[in-house]
Amino acid sequence: MSDLLIELFSEEIPARMQAAARENLRKLVTDGLVDAGLTYESAGAFSTPRRLTLSLTGLSAQSRAVREERKGPRTDAPAAAIEGFLRSTGLTLDQLEKRADKKAEVYFAAIEKPGRAAADIVAEVLERTIRNFPWPKSMRWGSGALRWVRPLHSILCILVDEAGAQIVPLNVDGIEAGNTTGGHRFMAPARFAVTSFDDYATKLRRAHVMLDSAEREAAIWNDAQNQAFARGLELVPDAALLAEVAGLVEWPVVLMGSIGEDFLHLPPEVLQTSMREHQKFFSVKNPKTGRIEGFVTVANRETADHGATILKGNLKVLSARLSDARFFWENDLRVAKAGMGEWEEGLKSVTFHNKLGSQSDRIARIAALAREIAPLVGADPAQAERAAKLAKLDLRSAMVGEFPELQGTMGRYYALEAGEPEAIANAARDHYSPLGPSDAVPAESISVAVALADKIDTLTGFWAIDEKPTGSKDPFALRRAALGVIRLVLGNGVRVGLEAVFAKAILDLLDRAFDKLASGTQEEWIALWSNREGSSTEHAAAMLRNFKKFLVVDLASRSLEAQGKFDEATALKETHKINFEAERDEVSLLSFFHDRLKVFLRDQGTRHDVIDACLAMPGNDDLTLLVKRAEALGAFLATEDGTNLLQGFKRANNILSQAEAKDGVEYSFGADVKFAETEEERALFAALDAGEAAITPAMAKEDFAAAMAAMARLRAPIDAFFTAVQVNSDNQIVRRNRLNLLHRIRALVAQVADLTKVEG
Amino acid sequence: MTAAAVTTPRSFQEIILRLMTYWGAKGCAVLQPYDMEVGAGTFHPATTLRSLGSTPWAAAYVQPSRRPTDGRYGENPNRLQHYYQYQVLIKPSPPDLQDLYLGSLEAIGIDTSLHDIRFVEDDWESPTLGAWGLGWEVWCDGMEVSQFTYFQQVGGHDCKPVSGELTYGLERLAMYVLGIDHVMDMPFNDPDSPIPLKYGDIFRQTEEEYSRHNFNGATTEMLFQHFKDAEAECERLLAFDPQDANSGKRIIMAHPAYDQCIKASHLFNLLDARGVISVTERQAYIGRVRALAKKCADAFVQTEAGGWSAAAQA
Repeated sequence: MSDLLIELFSEEIPARMQAAARENLRKLVTDGLVDAGLTYESAGAFSTPRRLTLSLTGLSAQSRAVREERKGPRTDAPAAAIEGFLRSTGLTLDQLEKRADKKAEVYFAAIEKPGRAAADIVAEVLERTIRNFPWPKSMRWGSGALRWVRPLHSILCILVDEAGAQIVPLNVDGIEAGNTTGGHRFMAPARFAVTSFDDYATKLRRAHVMLDSAEREAAIWNDAQNQAFARGLELVPDAALLAEVAGLVEWPVVLMGSIGEDFLHLPPEVLQTSMREHQKFFSVKNPKTGRIEGFVTVANRETADHGATILKGNLKVLSARLSDARFFWENDLRVAKAGMGEWEEGLKSVTFHNKLGSQSDRIARIAALAREIAPLVGADPAQAERAAKLAKLDLRSAMVGEFPELQGTMGRYYALEAGEPEAIANAARDHYSPLGPSDAVPAESISVAVALADKIDTLTGFWAIDEKPTGSKDPFALRRAALGVIRLVLGNGVRVGLEAVFAKAILDLLDRAFDKLASGTQEEWIALWSNREGSSTEHAAAMLRNFKKFLVVDLASRSLEAQGKFDEATALKETHKINFEAERDEVSLLSFFHDRLKVFLRDQGTRHDVIDACLAMPGNDDLTLLVKRAEALGAFLATEDGTNLLQGFKRANNILSQAEAKDGVEYSFGADVKFAETEEERALFAALDAGEAAITPAMAKEDFAAAMAAMARLRAPIDAFFTAVQVNSDNQIVRRNRLNLLHRIRALVAQVADLTKVEG
Repeated sequence: MTAAAVTTPRSFQEIILRLMTYWGAKGCAVLQPYDMEVGAGTFHPATTLRSLGSTPWAAAYVQPSRRPTDGRYGENPNRLQHYYQYQVLIKPSPPDLQDLYLGSLEAIGIDTSLHDIRFVEDDWESPTLGAWGLGWEVWCDGMEVSQFTYFQQVGGHDCKPVSGELTYGLERLAMYVLGIDHVMDMPFNDPDSPIPLKYGDIFRQTEEEYSRHNFNGATTEMLFQHFKDAEAECERLLAFDPQDANSGKRIIMAHPAYDQCIKASHLFNLLDARGVISVTERQAYIGRVRALAKKCADAFVQTEAGGWSAAAQA
C-alpha cells in the first residue's frame, strides 16, 4: 500500500475552469488506475490558480497478475492460421495446450499477465491524462507541441510508502516529473521538495499557498463578514463571485473600503454590477440605510503596509469606474425625464433580427399584442400597451449599453423618472421574467400581459422565419420563452386559447412586414391575402410559408439589385416562385409548447401518460384548463376507484373496438334498456344515466373534481356488469344493445379525458 | 530585481525609456514605431508577420496607435483616439516570460512587494487579423496594466513555434505609476526640465482636431474609394510572379502588400467612426480586411524571413 501525490504546476489557470479541472483530474487518474488493475482507498483533488493536485491514499503496490485463456484454431488447421495465433499470443507451439472441443481438437493459449508495479501504471495513466485533458480551451507554448490550459511548468508525482517517497519516473515532452513544487508567486517563490501529501500541504501553507479552494472560500467569506460586521455593515452574498475570487488567489487577503459619497446615490444594482463585473468586488450594505456603501476586494498577498497601497489603487480604479457609471446615470436621467423619446427614436436603428425588423418594430408588435392579452389577465388594455411601449426603451440607455444585465432594472428606474405609475414601471423590470424553471413569475396584471406578449412575439416571430430550435441548438432561447409562457399562464391561472393569440401575432407580423414592401410588390401579394379575414392559425401559417420565403428572396434580390446585378435578381425571384410549393413539413408552435409543457409537468411529478390523455382533448391550447384536467385525472387515477374504473373502461373499449373492427361498423347509438336481460345490465343503464346527468354539466363548468367523482360512481356498476354479463351474446339484438351500451361508457369517459392514452 | 533599488519614474517618457532599456537588456531588438496608421501595436509587421514561420524573433517597440471612435476631444481623462502602446514579441515564447514581464514592472517602479499583481483570464482575438491567442490581462491593484498573450494563430496560420506577446497600454500604466488622474495632466518630459511639457501640451489640440476629423471631417466617399484601392493593390502586389525581372531574385512583396492591408484596416476604422457603416456591413468589412491579412500571411511564409528556404524546396 502506498499514497500517491500528483501536482501539475502551470501558469495561471482561468478561475472558471478550476472546479471542473480538479474533478477531471481525479476522475481520469483514478479511472485509469482502476482500469489497469490497481485499487485505492480515497482520493482528494485540489486546485489553486497555479496548480492542480491529486492525493490518493491506500493505492495497491501492484496490479494483480491475470491469467487469460484464448481459444485458437483447430490442431489440424493450416499452418498459417496456427502461426498467426502464435504471433498474436506471443507464445511458441510447445506452450500451447491441446483440448478437445466439440468435434475437433483445438489449441488453447494460456497468457500470463504478471502484475505491474504501481509506479509504471501511474506514469502511464498520468501521461495519458495530461495529453488528453479535457480543457475547454487549451494552447501550445514555446517550441513544444504539448497542449495545456496555459504553459505547464512542472509535474510532481511521488509514491509514498513506509520506506519513504519515490519519484514516479515520467517525462512528458521534456517535463521531468519530480518531487518539488513552488510556493506563492510573490511571497515565497522558491521551489521545495516534499515527501508526502501532509508534508506538501504544510509546506505550501508555510509558502503562503492555501491549497483547498473550499478553505479559501471560507476564509474570504469569514474575514469579509467579520470586517463588515465590525463596521456595522453587511456583506451581500454572491456565491458565484466567491468561487471566482477563490480561484484567483493562493493566499487570500481581504481588504474593505468605502464607496465615495459622490456615488452613494447611484441605484444599488448599478453599484453592485459595476463592482462585480469590472473589479470582482463584493458589495457591502448598510442595514440602516439599505444602501450599498462599501466593498470588499480580495488581494493575493500580504504587504508590509497591510494592503494600504493595494486598497488605494483599487479605490482609484473604482472611482474611475463609478465616475463612468455616474456619467451614464446622469445622462440617462436627462433622457428619462424628457420622456425617453430619444431612446424610442434610437431603437428604430437597432436591428433585432434582420428578418424581424428593428427593436422598434418589435416593440410595436409587443405593444399591440399586450393590448390584446390584457383583458385575459385582468389588465387595462391601454395601460398594458403603454407599459409594453416603455418596457424595452432602456436598451438604448448608456447604462444598459455598459451593463446589459441591468436591462429592465434600469427600465423601471427610468420609467419612474419619466413620471409613469409604479405598475407600468414594474412591467419594465418584470417582463423578462421568468427566465428559468425556478425564478419568480410576475403577478401584477400589467407585467403579466407584457411578459406574455414579449415571449409570444419572440416565439411566433422566430417560428415565422423558420428559426426553430433543433437538438441542442436554441440560439434564440425559444425553449426558455415557451417555458416562460407556460409558467406565466399557469402561475397566474390565465385562461387563454393560445392558438388564437399565435394567429393574431403572426398576422400582425405579416401586416407590418407587408406595409414595408414596395407598392408594386404589395399588389402582387394582395391576391394571396385576399381572404385573410377570420384566419385560422393554419391559414395564417400557410400564408406565412409563402410570405416568409418571399421576404428572404426579396431581401436577397434587393441586395443583388443594389450591386447592379439585375438579371441575377430576376432569376432568383423566378426560381423561387417555382419552388414555393416545395415546403417541408413544419412542427407546429402549439406542439412545441406541448412538448415543453410535458417536460415542465414531468419535472413536477405529473405522469406523462396522464398529460397525454389530457392533451388529446379539445381546448388543449388552454394550458390552465389542460393542467387542471391533468391534476384531477392524476388524483383520480391514484385512487382505487380510479384504477378499477380505468380497467373497466379499457375492457369496455377493447371489446367495443374488436367488435367494431370485426363488424365494420361503429356502435354508437341505440342502447335501450328494454333489451337488457340482467339486473347488472339495467343497473349500468341507470348508472350511466346518472353519470351523464352529473358529468356533462360538471364538464361544462370545468369542475373536474365533480366529474371525476361521478366517474368513480360508475366503477361498481361497470365491474358488476363485466362479472355477470357476457357481451357477445348469441342473440344479435342483445349483443348489439350491449355494445351500444359499452359505447356509452366510452363516450361518457371521453368527455373527461382520453383514457386510452393512460398506461396500466 | 530588488524593489528598493528602483526609483519611481517622474515622467511619461522616462517610463518608455526604462521599458526600452529593460527589454533591450533582456535581448530584444528595440525597434522603432511602424510608419503607418495602425489600431494597435499588434499590426506592426514586427508582430503580425514575424510571429509567423519558424525563425526566432525578439523585438520591443513603442507603437503610436489610433482608434478613431475613441476620440473625446481631449476631455475624457482616460480615452484618446491617438495613444501609445508598448509591444514585446518573443518567438519562441521563453519559459520565464511571466517573470521577465514582472521584472519590467519593477523596472518602471512598481514594487511587487507592495502591489497586488494578478493574471486574470483574457483570451485575445483579432477578427481583422484572423488571429487569436490565450493569456491574461494583468491586473495591478485591480487595474488592467497589460495584455499577455500566447499567439496560437495569425492570419489563419498556426503559430509554430508560439510567440509570447506583451502589450502595455502606456498612458494608463504611466498614469497609475505617476499618480495622475487626467491624462492631459501627465508630465511628458521631466517636470524639472527648463521647458516642462505635459501630455496635454503636446496632444490636447491634436485630440480636438482629430476628434472633429474622425467624427465629421473625413470625406467618406474618398475613404470608401481608398479602401477599395488598398484592397485591390494588396491583391495585385501578391499576384506578382515571385521571380523579379530586374534583380533576377525571388522577391515576394509581402510587406508592401501588408502595408495596403494596414491601410484598409485604418480606413475601415475611420469609416466606422464616421458612422457610415451599418451593423451588417461591419462584419463584411472586417471579413475583407481579414482576407487581406490572410493573403499577406500566406505570402510571408513563402519568404525567407517567414521560414522559406531554397534548400528546403530542393
